[in-house]
Amino acid sequence: MSSTDTTPQNAAPENSAAQDAAPENSAPQNGAARSVVAEHEAANPAANVTALIPQTLGGTFRSYARRVRSGDTGSVPAVVGAAILMLVFGLAQSSFLTTSNIVAIVQQAAPNTILAMGLVFVLLLGEIDLSAGVVGSTAAAVGAVLSVKHGMPWEVAILGAAVFGAVAGTILGWLRAKLNIPSFVVTLSAFIAFQGVQVLVINSKSNGIQITDQTLHNLYFGRLTPAAGWAVLIVSVVLYALVKLAQANARRRKGLANEPFAVLGLRVAAMLVFGGLFVHFMNIDQAADWQQREGIHQRGVPWSAVVILGLLVVLSFVLTKTRYGRHVFAVGGNEEAARRAGIRVVSIRISVFVICSALAAFSGLVLAGQLGGANTGDGGGNILLYAVAAAVIGGTSLMGGRGRVVDAILGGAVLAILANGVSDLIQGGNSAAYELIIDGAVLLLAAAVDSMSRRAKS
Amino acid sequence: MSSTTEPILRLRGITKSFGPVEVLKGIDFEAHRGEVTALVGDNGAGKSTLVKCIGGTYSIDGGEYLFEGSPVTVRGPRDASALGIEIVYQDLALADNLDIVQNMFLGREALVKKTRTLDEAEMEHMAGQALASLSVRTVKSVRQKVSSLSGGQRQTVAIAKTVLWNSKVVILDEPTAALGVAQTAQVLDLVRRLADQGMAVILISHNMLDVLKVSDRVAALYLGRMAAQVKTSDVNQTQIVELITAGRSGSLGLVESTNGAAA
Repeated sequence: MSSTDTTPQNAAPENSAAQDAAPENSAPQNGAARSVVAEHEAANPAANVTALIPQTLGGTFRSYARRVRSGDTGSVPAVVGAAILMLVFGLAQSSFLTTSNIVAIVQQAAPNTILAMGLVFVLLLGEIDLSAGVVGSTAAAVGAVLSVKHGMPWEVAILGAAVFGAVAGTILGWLRAKLNIPSFVVTLSAFIAFQGVQVLVINSKSNGIQITDQTLHNLYFGRLTPAAGWAVLIVSVVLYALVKLAQANARRRKGLANEPFAVLGLRVAAMLVFGGLFVHFMNIDQAADWQQREGIHQRGVPWSAVVILGLLVVLSFVLTKTRYGRHVFAVGGNEEAARRAGIRVVSIRISVFVICSALAAFSGLVLAGQLGGANTGDGGGNILLYAVAAAVIGGTSLMGGRGRVVDAILGGAVLAILANGVSDLIQGGNSAAYELIIDGAVLLLAAAVDSMSRRAKS
Repeated sequence: MSSTTEPILRLRGITKSFGPVEVLKGIDFEAHRGEVTALVGDNGAGKSTLVKCIGGTYSIDGGEYLFEGSPVTVRGPRDASALGIEIVYQDLALADNLDIVQNMFLGREALVKKTRTLDEAEMEHMAGQALASLSVRTVKSVRQKVSSLSGGQRQTVAIAKTVLWNSKVVILDEPTAALGVAQTAQVLDLVRRLADQGMAVILISHNMLDVLKVSDRVAALYLGRMAAQVKTSDVNQTQIVELITAGRSGSLGLVESTNGAAA
């Protein structure tokens, strides 16, 4: 316990206490350290414990870099990974960074990303839902049956699928929370059983139901008009800035420290630049000239991207701004502490399975849109495991207590880029085999980053 | 054992059995405002059971539970919380993945009235005040994750939580058990300051030095009975140890020392 190395920094007001690596040294180590502390206390007679927030742009970056170095890597691995993959594939094949391929990647990422968003809730409690993929596609089959066999409008089909998912999630959650069966066992059983349910729901000799409703197709293939794409971007950024300013204002009224405005400015600028690039790329018309002359266009931000943005906003709000979300984190971090704090642990546990299965239903509908219908076997195989991989690559912990909804998007993007790039890069009979090996290696890498970051922290 | 003021918490003849095992055999106990009452006793003497009865985790089988002079029925932890009784458990019950503010408000989060969203600014402000009222200087930032805190800092957070809720009676279960010398001194300081704020503090401890240093009264349990509840200034360490191990010390303690035969 040496405080000498931190003593010089203590004199600098900007990060005086932030760098104090030895906060517990009540016994004075040496004269110099004591006098610095005494000076500090004399200068701030009411030196309350507050939130240490760096007050300069440089300080913010340094504090972020320190957090990453100390093992709190957050989304850094996913962002770096996505950038490297884009670079490698872009250099290796000229067709990778074309407009049509980037649009395809965004669309291909959607079902897996939505599934992963739901899984984040389950993973936050340190649970797993192995059945989400199959339950989701079974729910989508219910939606397809409602739409095709009963002629219901698409709203009813989506609602029916969501209700089916929610009910399935309630059963899974109840079995886990009330009967205390490990979630691995409960959801593995459900993974198997729901594949049977799926066959019964589809109940067709051709093992599939072709969906005819254009809106259900558009869940995957739909595109916004170029103007609508820009409008969504501008409205999102403005709302983000307003919410952040309101929060800063509330903190200032309480006399609490705020991030420097430059940080908010940078964030907004980054959102505008990257969001703008995204919308611009998506809006490039891929239709041939003669088609464009006929008024046929192939452009715009995919619906699925807007749906994912909407889900991101809503689910992040629930997780970080509501009492419910706080309780989810508490149960994931320390179940006993949560129970003693009066949190209804059983309800929280059931609820995350409901959210996960309902989102899985939605993911299944998008997948059905992609495939043109609901088929037996959809949602099985590795689909669920890819969604878990997406969440983990994004930075959500498998051990519970740590995770964000945006992780699902980052990880989903990495996996979609990987799948798309590898399948084009490796041609020949064994391309699928190499793809599997590479996917497995990437997931292993992500899990290694996760466990190393946890070891660095302890 | 006469007191000038009415004790805020008074138990009379509390009994508690688990099946055929009688753990508490008619306990009398009291805690006063502004005082630290040390609850001592050997393993199995009934300290934890008594505390859980006070905190509502266990219901009492018999006896009287008086709070601020009037009899009350405590059916669960929520009843005890409503009265203003807080227990800081040995294993602390903090969530590692949450920060100090989030832990201090766990289960009782402040909400913005209009939007029903978490009022982070208000919670951070109040947490800072609670820590300041205890002159806590050992934590860097109220937005630190609890996983980054030392044992002493965790104990500090758990204790400061009780200030936040205007508790009247605070029960601390072995707060210094796992701490080093400097941290123990800090936590004992904190215990004293809690009492100085007018709370009745009940301190469970095995460490006689801690007990003598910080407590105003000592209550010694011996095999499910209250051996004695005396002013700390009236006894020395040897007497306390005798009360713990034998149930009596000179004129103090249980009258019938032949426990085995009496039962």
